[in-house]
Amino acid sequence: MRFADAARPELADPSSRRTRRQAATRARARQAEATAGLPDWERLREAGAAIRDRTLRDLGAHLEALEASVTEEGGRVHWARDAAEARRIISRLLPGDTEAGLVRSDVTDEIGLEGGNAGPHTRAAVVGARFLVAETGTLVVTDPGESLTFPGTVVVVAGIEDTVPTWSDLEVLLQLLPRSEAGRRMHPAVSTRTGDLQLVLLDNGRTRALADETGRAALRCIHCSACRDVCPVYERTGARPYGPGRAGPIGAVLTPQLGGVEASLGASLPFASTLCGACADVCPVKIDIPGLLVHLRGEVVESRRRRPVPTPELLLMRGLAWSMGDERRYEQTLVRRARWAGLLARDGRIRRLPGLLGKWTDARDLPVPPRQSFRAWWRRRP
Amino acid sequence: MSAREDILRRVRTALGDGGGPVPVPREYRRRAALSRRDVVALFGERVADSRAAVRHVGADELVTAMAAMLWAREAKGIAVPADLPPGWLGGLEGVRALTDVPALDPAVLAESDGVVTGCSLAIAETGTVVLDGGRAQGRRELTLIPRHHLCVVHADQIVGTVPEAVARLDPYRPLTWISGPPDGRGLEVLVVED
Amino acid sequence: MRIAVFITCWGDALFPGTGKAMVRLLERLGHEVTFEPAQTCCGQMHWTTGYRPEAISLARRFAEVFRDHELIVTPSASCAATVRTAYPRMDPALAGLRVYELTELLVDILGVTDVGASYPHRVTYHPTCHSVRALGLGDRPLRLLRAVRGLELAGLPAADECCGFGGAFAIKNADTSVAMVADKIAHIHETGADIVCATDDSCLAHIGGALSRLRSGVRAVHIAEILASEEGAGERAAAGTGGVPGRIAERMTRRVRRSEAR
Repeated sequence: MRFADAARPELADPSSRRTRRQAATRARARQAEATAGLPDWERLREAGAAIRDRTLRDLGAHLEALEASVTEEGGRVHWARDAAEARRIISRLLPGDTEAGLVRSDVTDEIGLEGGNAGPHTRAAVVGARFLVAETGTLVVTDPGESLTFPGTVVVVAGIEDTVPTWSDLEVLLQLLPRSEAGRRMHPAVSTRTGDLQLVLLDNGRTRALADETGRAALRCIHCSACRDVCPVYERTGARPYGPGRAGPIGAVLTPQLGGVEASLGASLPFASTLCGACADVCPVKIDIPGLLVHLRGEVVESRRRRPVPTPELLLMRGLAWSMGDERRYEQTLVRRARWAGLLARDGRIRRLPGLLGKWTDARDLPVPPRQSFRAWWRRRP
Repeated sequence: MSAREDILRRVRTALGDGGGPVPVPREYRRRAALSRRDVVALFGERVADSRAAVRHVGADELVTAMAAMLWAREAKGIAVPADLPPGWLGGLEGVRALTDVPALDPAVLAESDGVVTGCSLAIAETGTVVLDGGRAQGRRELTLIPRHHLCVVHADQIVGTVPEAVARLDPYRPLTWISGPPDGRGLEVLVVED
Repeated sequence: MRIAVFITCWGDALFPGTGKAMVRLLERLGHEVTFEPAQTCCGQMHWTTGYRPEAISLARRFAEVFRDHELIVTPSASCAATVRTAYPRMDPALAGLRVYELTELLVDILGVTDVGASYPHRVTYHPTCHSVRALGLGDRPLRLLRAVRGLELAGLPAADECCGFGGAFAIKNADTSVAMVADKIAHIHETGADIVCATDDSCLAHIGGALSRLRSGVRAVHIAEILASEEGAGERAAAGTGGVPGRIAERMTRRVRRSEAR
């Protein structure tokens, strides 16, 4: 479903809108306070962005290093091309009768794992990873690590991009993540485990995103959700219209990147933003989310140009570009438009427009374009 | 083709020749610009901020302070790692210390009035104690299950910043970073100054 | 100083009063204003909607038209931001055009905060996203407004939050866009201001269009119109004709009345 259609029922629910607004206000204040508390916050962001870029730029080597380290420390690495393959691997590692708890993460959600919280009697666990350190084979989670103490198999599911090259990279990431995620100086608990893991590394569209030199930067994401907390669109619509993937601005980037821009959700998500830039300002790894959205809008439009019958929007935009390509054509357009507008106007305002622009006048008036454009006025100046 | 080869091939195809390594600007602070004294004081403030109780005592007061903290909570039985310095609990009367050797049953841990451990290091700026299963810390479960955790931190174990901590910690040990009391459980930090 | 104005396509067609006010203001301050008649659009709308080749060709055209100008000013933070931040992405050869947003030019380049304006109204200022986050205008517009005689400045709650315009967003996600402007308008009403002003006519068309539909009585006015207003001209400026001097203003007023009467 298109974002705009899925958003409508959410907008019509005042109590969840109020709840989201209050939550957003609190989260923004906490985040601002936590980041203001570090004198070197901007330098940490610079370092964080570079660490993540370094990871992605040489991902193949880091993944092989990770595999070697995990194996060395007694664990095993499994590779999954997509969600179904990941689920098959997990069910092989944890046969049906295993009592396994699930510690959810964005990746366990992505592959559609469901299950209760891990309890003290659970024998095995499936956990999402915050980071995987290639150099040492270390899993980092931001919870007390109960699941890591289970006597049975510990299965870790992570995206291939959740890798970080070196142990010392954590000195940056473990400062950025808690402050961006929850406005805390540190997560209430961080636990690590090196070796003795069954690690499932998931592609599921990531290599496709990686191939896009511009779009690649979205994979820097460390899943903090700060962009969601500051997003004015998310605040109004909530998570549902973003579909089954990640919600908020980074979801609007990643979902089309991982799944393509052909389906209606993927094609509409890049437009589910005013490009206000609040997300880029807070992103701890400096992902230029508005820039990536514009980039993806270009992909959407390119994919539509190939259609045999042009969309009304394409015709409109092409027409505008054509008339703006020459000042005489442009001025003729202005004159024609002013004449039309004069016919549509009432009481000095336009209250209803046909076609695409009717979406504007559904709720907003448009001023009547004056008969005299600026350029006409300029010409007649004494 | 195996999934492994397939994914690694896709990664390499996606990246092309990569364009060389990305330099990481590490201009951020590695150490806090604070005296030892101020680092210890900052740690106390940040722990208190995290809603954990914190007490500062001199080395000679450790035993009495610990006893007082446990008595104040009317603790009857506490769990301790096998290698807890024996002197720490010297002042205790009426509190039974259950040593985690052999490993205590989770039910016993859940029933206990708390656990007493040391730590591997502590971080002032974040008010964090880090346990690595080393001396006086025991296995991870020991601090996960009991309803209360009394953690002893020696002043010389406190570093200023996260980078200092990451540099000192051993990645091959099972680390647990604790910042503030976990949901539904208590945390007290006893800072022993030299 | 010799200053070339970039009026923007949106301003040329829909809000010529803003451009006229800007010209009047700069001339009042003793500067020579030039207008390149070949100018049309910076390409922002095509760029942000995903029409890359069209945007790039408009951007090249813009660069060609303004190539020989040292100093270019526009009454739009988002158009200035497009030239400064999007152009280098479209084509590195398009980097380096010296386009300033009006308040930025006044404060940073011309070094004035008191432009000798008079505007006896209670006014609130909405910092548009591009002015805050892309250009980093900070309090420059506020410093200019504070120096305006008779102007009572009312602080806008949650000022930094987007009004919901967002170019194509206003059409493609009209419902969410309107939900956002509804909240913006609620904040504007909280201030008790009669006028909401900003550095972008695009955002103002959205906010003003919703205010007008609601018959709220509060008007959306470009900051250039306020800064250009002089003693006794406040009423005309507020009526939207931009206080154009002399006979032209009268003729326009008559014309507006005629069209209203129809």
